[in-house]
Formats: sequence, structure tokens, C-alpha cells
Amino acid sequence: METYQIYSLTSAVLFVIGIGGVFITRHFIKKIIATMIMGGGVFLSFVSFAERDALTFADPVPHALVITGIVVAVASAAFALALARRIYQQTGDISFSNDK
Amino acid sequence: METTSILPLLILVSSLIPGILILLLKEEQVGLRTFLNLFGAVAKVSLIAWVFAGYLRGEEYTFFFSLALDLTFSLRVDQLGLFFAALSAVLWLVTTLYAIGYLEGGMHRRRFFAFFSLCVTASTGIALSGNVLTFFIFYEFLTLSTYPLVVHRGTDKAVEAGRTYLWYTIGGGTILFLGVVGLFVLAGPIYFGQTEIIASLISDYPTQLTILFFLLLTGLAVKAAIFPLHGWLPVSMVAPAPVSALLHAVAVVKAGAFGIVRLVYDVYGVGVAEKMNYLNVLAAFAAFTIIYGSVRALFQDDFKKRLAFSTVSQLSYIALGVAIPGVLTSTGAIVHLVHQGIMKITMFFAAGNVAETYGYKNISQLNGIGRRMPLTMGAFTIAAFGMIGLPPVAGFISKWYLGLGAVEAGSYWVVLVLLASSALNAAYFLPIVYRAWFYEPEYEVSRLRQSGRLEAQALLLIPVVVTGLLSLAAGVFAASAGSPLSIAREIAEKLYMLL
Amino acid sequence: MTHLPTSSFPALLVGLPILLATLSLFFGSKGRAVVGLAGSLLTTALSLIAIAEVTRRGTVIHILGGWDPPLGILLRIDPLAAVFIGMLALVGVFISLYAWWYFRVREADTGGLPQFWPLWLFLWAGMNGLFLSNDLFNLFVTLEVVGISAVALAVLSGKTTALTAGLRYLLAAITGSMAYLFGVALIYGSTGTLDISLLGQVLEPGATTTFALLVITLGLMIKMAGFPFHFWLPPAHSAALAPVSALLSALVVKGAFYILLRLWMEVFGVSLTYAAGQLIGVAGAVAVIWGSWQAFMQTSLKLIVAHSSVAQLGYLLMVFPLLILAPGVTTDSADWLSPAWTAGIYQVISHAFAKASFFLSAGIIIMALGHDRIESLRNLVGNMRITAMAIGLAGVSLIGLPPSGGFMAKWMLLKGIFLSGQWWWAPVVLTGSLLTAGYVFMLLRLAFAPAREMDTFRPVPKSLEVVALLLAIGSFLIVFPADFLIQFLESSAVFGSGIEPIMEGGEYGNN
Repeated sequence: METYQIYSLTSAVLFVIGIGGVFITRHFIKKIIATMIMGGGVFLSFVSFAERDALTFADPVPHALVITGIVVAVASAAFALALARRIYQQTGDISFSNDK
Repeated sequence: METTSILPLLILVSSLIPGILILLLKEEQVGLRTFLNLFGAVAKVSLIAWVFAGYLRGEEYTFFFSLALDLTFSLRVDQLGLFFAALSAVLWLVTTLYAIGYLEGGMHRRRFFAFFSLCVTASTGIALSGNVLTFFIFYEFLTLSTYPLVVHRGTDKAVEAGRTYLWYTIGGGTILFLGVVGLFVLAGPIYFGQTEIIASLISDYPTQLTILFFLLLTGLAVKAAIFPLHGWLPVSMVAPAPVSALLHAVAVVKAGAFGIVRLVYDVYGVGVAEKMNYLNVLAAFAAFTIIYGSVRALFQDDFKKRLAFSTVSQLSYIALGVAIPGVLTSTGAIVHLVHQGIMKITMFFAAGNVAETYGYKNISQLNGIGRRMPLTMGAFTIAAFGMIGLPPVAGFISKWYLGLGAVEAGSYWVVLVLLASSALNAAYFLPIVYRAWFYEPEYEVSRLRQSGRLEAQALLLIPVVVTGLLSLAAGVFAASAGSPLSIAREIAEKLYMLL
Repeated sequence: MTHLPTSSFPALLVGLPILLATLSLFFGSKGRAVVGLAGSLLTTALSLIAIAEVTRRGTVIHILGGWDPPLGILLRIDPLAAVFIGMLALVGVFISLYAWWYFRVREADTGGLPQFWPLWLFLWAGMNGLFLSNDLFNLFVTLEVVGISAVALAVLSGKTTALTAGLRYLLAAITGSMAYLFGVALIYGSTGTLDISLLGQVLEPGATTTFALLVITLGLMIKMAGFPFHFWLPPAHSAALAPVSALLSALVVKGAFYILLRLWMEVFGVSLTYAAGQLIGVAGAVAVIWGSWQAFMQTSLKLIVAHSSVAQLGYLLMVFPLLILAPGVTTDSADWLSPAWTAGIYQVISHAFAKASFFLSAGIIIMALGHDRIESLRNLVGNMRITAMAIGLAGVSLIGLPPSGGFMAKWMLLKGIFLSGQWWWAPVVLTGSLLTAGYVFMLLRLAFAPAREMDTFRPVPKSLEVVALLLAIGSFLIVFPADFLIQFLESSAVFGSGIEPIMEGGEYGNN
């Protein structure tokens, strides 16, 4: 098994764990972390594709994309955390109630 | 076909613009509103007269507007359409006068007159539609613009009636929509009169075209109040009298009946409809509805409800006439479009006058009313005799032609239906007439005398007298040129000449 | 694509709203609203000029900073993008006008919420960018800009219901984006390019492509609230303030649909099968029935309108099965492609106008009554006739009665359905219409009914009512330029295209 395949496989596993977490958990923070795990998987897959057979050097584009992606993901996560905190302050809830 | 004329569009605009303007006015601007209304009504009648004259000279009036791809909005003047448009326009003028008197001091008159104008726009649009798509657009427009009129009084009962009305008409409209799109896909944009299109397709797609025919027929039958789709009509009688008079005796129900006439004569063609046995089905339902409506009418004490069931019954004469092939029956059907309209509107006016002047809504209250309202009840009596089919009133002419045509076509059972129906008509109308003229007024006479006025006020009285006389004239002068009968006869002969 | 004529409009369409949004941050509450409204008017004017440019010169492009793709960013306006930009501008400017008066009236209890304006302009820039992007990663970035500003707008009121719904919305949006991005990574990994036009040529069918298609579709379905991922939409759209609800429901969800449409038709043709089209059509059909039924069962106005969005978006998904041809059918013989595309575009536009009008009217009613329980709509016609008329007209367009834009959409959809022989969709379209008629006329029935308890209608500025009515009328007027619009769209390469699945139930046939 080549190195990049290990990376790809790991990224897929992380993605699935993340997406599962988003739909299964109810706790705000757990859900947010789950989306971040999804993100981790996605970024890892980008990086793993940077080394492709046709190229003798690492492709710089995925790295640029990943950095942009991480910035976006961090911003989203911060926003989500801020929202969760506001909800906690207003109601004391830390998770979504019964429905979905 | 090639030259475009905006005249047909102007005929529509003459009621559309007043309708929209009235909506923008303030409730208190009575004078301006009345002016707009009457101006529109007079303009519409004059325009139709103008176009009629041009048409007789052999001019053609068409208006096209392409919406998208092959979706074309088309208005076209033909004899049948003009016939219906003229009926709507003349009766709109009369009813506007009536409504001004009837609603004097009432609530939400702005809304009433605005939507009233929009309804008339829709019904003239239906009359002048050049193709199936345009017809459908106006057909749905009519549904929508009538709704506020049905619920006009705003009572719970009216709102309930509005709901029934909508379920029937929107449901019918949806079925019609399916049929229209299906027809469009199979046969392209069919212009009325292009019966050769279906005739050439029928051997290839018999099943599809049959399904489409019945989808279209069902959609139209809702408004034409053919059993079992008539349920909305009696319920809608909660609307104010002018609405019941114009819309539920003429515009809405006639839109359905007119649609059936168009469907059979100008889309599928009588030849195809006969060959495929569509007409037998239509005839069966129509005949049943004629009897059913009359029987139900017998048992109504509410004046307007009795008239409504009578409408259900009378409308199916048109469908029946269409369903029995032949020049004579077609003449009967087409002329009944007009005859039934003027007779039934007279009756509704009369019922409205009685209710407005004395507050009587039930037939059992009408004892001796003829002595107090001789003109109103006189007109009513003429119309009732016409409905029963007594010569020389208009209704006799329709029935005579239907009967003759049926005999000619060998459908003797139709004559039986007509006779039975006439007997039933007599059974539910004559008691009213008898009660009105020959019963002693029972009670409250003193109170009524005090009010100082016995007959309805002028604005209510003139329309009923006019339409009453019209229904008499249509019968008496049936043989002369320019009468509804002579025009209907011409239309029917043209139809069968093509075959 | 670089051979096309260049123009600065694509860059301006994204740059101007961003600039104005940033500028407005330097102002106080009053100034921000002024900049915001002026910015909306400017952006609308710019959009219309840009569209005029496209009608004259055809598709135009802009290469940002002179860096050629694949490393640089290329923005392009083709007729399809122009139509979406035009819709956004026309509906957006009305919502801006409404918001101007809305926040002035509510200044007392909310402090005027000046944050609305920069957020809305950022959203606008993001939407424009989304319509203009021609590469997969850029689409991701614009999706995120749109998603985050949309959520920020949704929670603007700061109420708990809005915050909770907003968090759910945000989580759904992030999940959708991540799924989308995963697909992008897979595509890049297998092809080494992100350019949409290039991908259409070089993408090879295979397990990777199919998997990428799957996750990208999943992500976009979540974002556009396609069934069964619609759960976040009704709470988020109904809890937001009226102008925001209108933006979200009328415009934002269309962004994800636009990407889905483009990617399916321009990129993934090689992997799509007839079954895939049918599957997404089924999702749409279920959404139509389920959403309409749910709307019918609601008792508060905004929830009715929000659920109705789920259903109306379902109609959009029902276009896909018509575009993906059955094996053995060629695009030349498929005469239903043009009607199907027209149906999709008209559904997008007419729903934008009608739904915006509907939500704005709901906002007016909440302003007048303090709540939106539909039982209190009794005698609305007597109290607020303009709003009643706006609801009536918008409702008629949603039902699809003639001569509204919704009618055009339904007509074309049914026509496409019949022509393609996929008649099984027809009952869904009609049932959806009937159910829509059910809830619209339930509202109208109440509006005409006599008042029971004395719910007092507080006076509301007429200008708000007029804006809502104009939008409703707009959903009718859009029918008239249909001929021009379709001709214009036909000069877009993608419009009217269909997909001929290459494999007949082959190895990669099931996704």
C-alpha cells in the first residue's frame, strides 16, 4: 500500500466519522467538533492528492486550497461556537431538544 | 388570420381597466366609480357591436401575443364567440345598473365592482379566445375573480360557500390543465376551428385522445354544473343577487357550457366526437342532470336555491343539444346559451328585488307578492313561462329546436326527457307564479303599506323589466333576421357544412 | 474559455457589494442603512448593465489580476448566470427597499439592527460570485460566504428560537460544504483540474468520479434543503426577521440549486445514469407532496410559507429526470429538453418573486398583529387590503394558475413530462398544485372571514405593503418577456442540453 493511499483511506474514515457524528449527536459542541473532523478528513484527502504519479514534485495547488479551506472552516466553527454560547447563555441548553 | 387587430383586445380592456382602476379608488368615490363602471360597460357593448358589424362585412379580427416557444396568447373573433361575448356584455351593462341600486350603501362596494368587472373580462376573454391555451387562461382567471364575489358578504356561511366553490373549480381547473397540456403535447397549439388536427390524429392515438377528451370535459363540466359536479352552484347562492344573476346564471356556468360547445365543435369536431361515442356519454350525463336538477328544485323553499337547481337543469339542455348531432339540436344548444341567460337573469333579478324590498327569501312568503310588485313579478312570470317552454317566450324556441332535432336524429328518448323536464319546470315554477298572483297577502300588509313603496326602486326595476322583455322578444321575433335564433342557426349550419 | 471577450463586469459584480459592505461598517446605525440601501440600488443597476452587456456581446469573462487559470481565478457571465444575477438583483432591490422601512419602524424595539446591511451586501457579493464562478473550489468559497452571511442574517433578531434554528442551519451548511469539498478533492485528485469547462471534457467515468458525484450531490442537497435534508429550512426561515426570511427562501437556496444544475449538466454527464435522474426526481416529488402537506397543516403563517419553500424546491429537483435521457435516446430527438429547462428557470424566478412577497407580507402581518397565528388573519381584507392582495397574487403564482410565472413553470414541466413519456411525474405536479391551492385558499378564506375576537391591526407603513405587492405582481409580469428570456438563455451552451448516459446499467450505474 502506497503512502498516499493510506492518507486517502484515513481521510475517508475521518469524513465518515464526522458526518456520522453530525447526524447522530445532539450536543452542540459535539456536533461542531464532528463537522471539524469532516473537515480534517477533507483536507487530508487534498494533501494526499498533492503527490500524484505524473508529477515529480508536490502539486502546490492543493496546499493553497487546503489553507483557504482551513480558514473558512475555522471561521465557521468560531461562528457556530459563538451561536452555541449565546443559546447556552439565554436558555442553559447545551444540546438540541428531542426533534432531529 | 394574418392581420392583427387590437379590437378584440380592446373589448377585454374595456372592462379590465375599469376593474383595476376601481380597485385603486377610495370607497367613497362613488361617482367616479359608477362612471368608470358604466363607461366600461357601454364601451364594451359598443365595441362588440362595432366588431359584429365588421364581422358581418367579412372582416377578420385576430390578436396574437407570443409568450414563449409555441405558447401563443390569441384572441379571435368568430360568430360563436361574438355571440357569447355580446351576451356577457349586454347583461353586464344591465347588471351593473342593477348592482348599483342593489348594493346602495352596502359594504366593500369598491371590491365588489372591481372584481365584477374582472369577471366580465374573464368571460369575454373566454368568448374571444382563439386557442385552447387562451381559453384555459381566462377560464382560471374567471375562477379567481369570482371568489371574492362569492364570499362578498364575509359571513361564515359565505366563506364556507367560497371554500366549496374553490374546491370544485380549482379541482376542475387542475383536471382541465392536465387535459390542455396533454392536448398541446399531442396535437400542438390547437386553434378553435382546426378540427382537422384531431381528425388526422384520432386513428393513431385513440386511447390518449379519448382520455384527454374526458379530462377536458370533466374540467369544463364543473363550471357547467353537470351532475355530479354541480355541488358548488346551489351553495354559491349566498352571494349577493347581482352576482348570482350575472355569474351563476350567465358568466361562470356559461363559461363551462360554452367550453363544452367549443370542445366538441371546434376542437375535436362533431365527426370525431360522434364516431368515438363521446357524445353518448355526454348525452347520458346531460339528460340525467336535466331531470335531477328539476327534481331537486321541486323541494327547495329558498327562492334562490330553487332557481339555482333550475339552472343546473337548464344548463344541461346546452350540453344535451351538443351531444345529439344535427343542425337543429346544435341550433337549440347555441341559442339556449342566450335564451337561458336572459331568462334566468330575469328570475334572479326578480328574486333579488323581492329580497331587497321586502326581505322575503323563501317561496312560502311570496303570497300575493305580484299585486305589490306587478312589474317585477310580471317579468318573472314571462321568464318562468319561457323556462317551462310555453310559446312565444324564448325558452320555447330552444326546446322546440332540441326536440325537433332529436326526432330528426332518431333519439326519441330525448323528447321524453324534454317533456318530463318541462312538466317538472311547470311543477316548480307555476306554484310561485300562482302564489304571487292569486294568493291573498297573508300578513304584514299594514307594515308594508307604511313604507310607502310597494314596487322595487327604479334601478332595480328597470333591469328586470328589460331582461323580461328581451326574453319575450327573443321568442316573438325569433324568425326575423338578427335574432339570437337566426344567428345560432347560421353558426350551426356552418358547423355542419364543413362535415 | 479564455478566448472569450473580457469585461470588467464580472469582477465588479463581486467587488462592488463587498466594497460597499465594508464601507458601511465605518458608519453608525443611520449611515449604515443609507449606505446599504444606496449600495443595493447601485448593485442592482450594475447587474442590469452587466446583463445588457451579455445580451450584446454574449458570454464575457474576467481573469482576476491577470493570473490565468488554472492557478488564477476566472469569472464568467454566460446567459444562464446572467438570468440568475438578474433575478437576484430585481428581487434583492425590493427586499432592500422593504428592509429600509422595516428597520426604521422597528428601530424602537431592535435598535434598527444596522448589521443587516453589511451582511446582506456580503451575501449579495457571495451569490454573485457563486453565479460567476467557473471552478469547483471557487464555488466552495462563495458557498461559504453565502452560508455564513445567511446564517448571520438568520440569527439577527437574537431571539432563542432564531439562534437555535440558526445553529442548526449553520451545522447543516458546514456539513454540506464539507461534503461538497470532499467531492472537489476527489475530482482534483483524479483529474488535476478544477475548471468546470475543462472538467466537462477530461472527466473520466469511474468509481472515484461516481463517489465524487455522490458526495457533491449530497452536500448541495443539504444546502438547498432538498428532501430528505429539508429539516433545517422551516425553523430557520420562519424564525428569521421578515426581510431575511425573504432573502433566504427566495434567493439563497437557489444558489445551491444553480451549482447542482451546472455540475450535473456540465461536469458529471459521464457518470450520470437514467436511474440517478429518476432518484433525484423522486426526492423532488416527495418534497413537493410532503412540503405542501406540511404547509397545509401549519397554524402560523411563516411556517406555512417556509414549508411551502420545501415543496417549491422539490419542483426544481423534478426537472433532473427529464434532462437525463433514457438509454438509447439521443439529445437531438429529445424535444422535451427545452421545456424542461424553461420549467426549471421559471420555477426559480417565479418562486423567488412570489416567496419574497409572501414572506414580506407575513412580516407586515406580524408587525400589525404582533404574531402570525393564521386564525387572526380574519378580516385581513378589510384591514389591510394591499397585503391581502399581495398574499393572494403570490399564492396564485405558487399554485401555478395562469397567467403567473408559476403557471409557465408548471405548464413547461408538464409539457416536458408528457413529451418525455415520463408520465408518472404528472400526478405529483397536480397534487402539489392542489395542496398548494389548499393552503393558499385557507389563508384567503380566513382573510375574507368576519373578525371574531377583536384582534387589533396596528397601522403599518403603506410603503411596506406596496413593496410586497409589487413583488407579487412581478411574479406575473415575468411571463411577458418569456420569449426573449428563452432565446437569450438558448445562447448559453448549457441551456437545453441533456445527458445521454453512456453506460446502460453498467458497473457504475447505481449511485
